[in-house]
Amino acid sequence: MNRHNEMETVFLSVPENESFARVVIAAFAVQMSPTVSEIADIKTAVSEAVTNAIVHGYEGTRGMVTLRAVIDGTVLSVEVTDQGRGISNVAQAMEPFYTTHPEQERSGMGFAVMQTFMDEVNVTSTPGSGTTVRMCKRIAPEARH
Amino acid sequence: MLQSYRDGSRLVVRLAGELDHYCAQSVRRELDRLISDQSIRWLILDFSVLQFMDSSGIGVILGRYRQMRDRGGQVGVIHMSPHIARIFHMSGMDRVIHQLDHQEAAQ
Ligand SMILES: Nc1ncnc2c1ncn2[C@@H]1O[C@H](COP(=O)(O)OP(=O)(O)OP(=O)(O)O)[C@@H](O)[C@H]1O
Ligand SMILES: [Mg+2]
Repeated sequence: MNRHNEMETVFLSVPENESFARVVIAAFAVQMSPTVSEIADIKTAVSEAVTNAIVHGYEGTRGMVTLRAVIDGTVLSVEVTDQGRGISNVAQAMEPFYTTHPEQERSGMGFAVMQTFMDEVNVTSTPGSGTTVRMCKRIAPEARH
Repeated sequence: MLQSYRDGSRLVVRLAGELDHYCAQSVRRELDRLISDQSIRWLILDFSVLQFMDSSGIGVILGRYRQMRDRGGQVGVIHMSPHIARIFHMSGMDRVIHQLDHQEAAQ
């Protein structure tokens, strides 16, 4: 049997929702029987993308953030979307240590963390209309745990 | 409020809860208040009850590290989970921040 499931959650871009998004993705992923370490990886990656949407996407303003997730067999795909300012140079933004806000003590490691903890990370962005971060991770089937 | 204890020129602070962007500002403020005493030479962060950290935590820790370094002091960590250790490693923090075992931290 090929497990399939989908969910979508939409929330306001306030920092309180960073932990909300982590709880939501962890609760959704539980049906794949991930290890403690896999759950930590997924929560951390989602936290990075959601924090970026709040801090950079909607910088100084408020809007809605969409967290979407799909389970297809042993693969979890997650999408975080904002309709914020967008990124003009995605390749540069994804470089480790690149940040537009060093004065806020940001380290520029968010995308590097997503890439380390997930198998794949893709970013599409249009300046002035928003950003989508798509990530996926293969969760080893239960028998191998 | 973070739990902390002072032993000579060492200050051990136990980070608790989740160190994300939402909590970063209050943790930063609290740590800055605790290390404002210039006679503190070692800031030791105890991760034993910290439940979560992401890149916002890197910023907070590196910011305090720079302050300690500028006064000739050092920063150490104890009880780091393997997950947080990976974040330390990828950001290069493990090259400037000492990973201590419990014994070393108590000395
Ligand atoms: N959703 C987004 N909307 C607009 N800009 C973004 C978005 N996500 C990331 N960026 C841009 O990409 C840069 C790099 O992001 P990254 O998460 O790697 O680092 P950071 O957020 O600056 O620092 P850290 O995550 O370490 O606190 C950001 O500084 C910002 O300029
Ligand atoms: Mg970030």
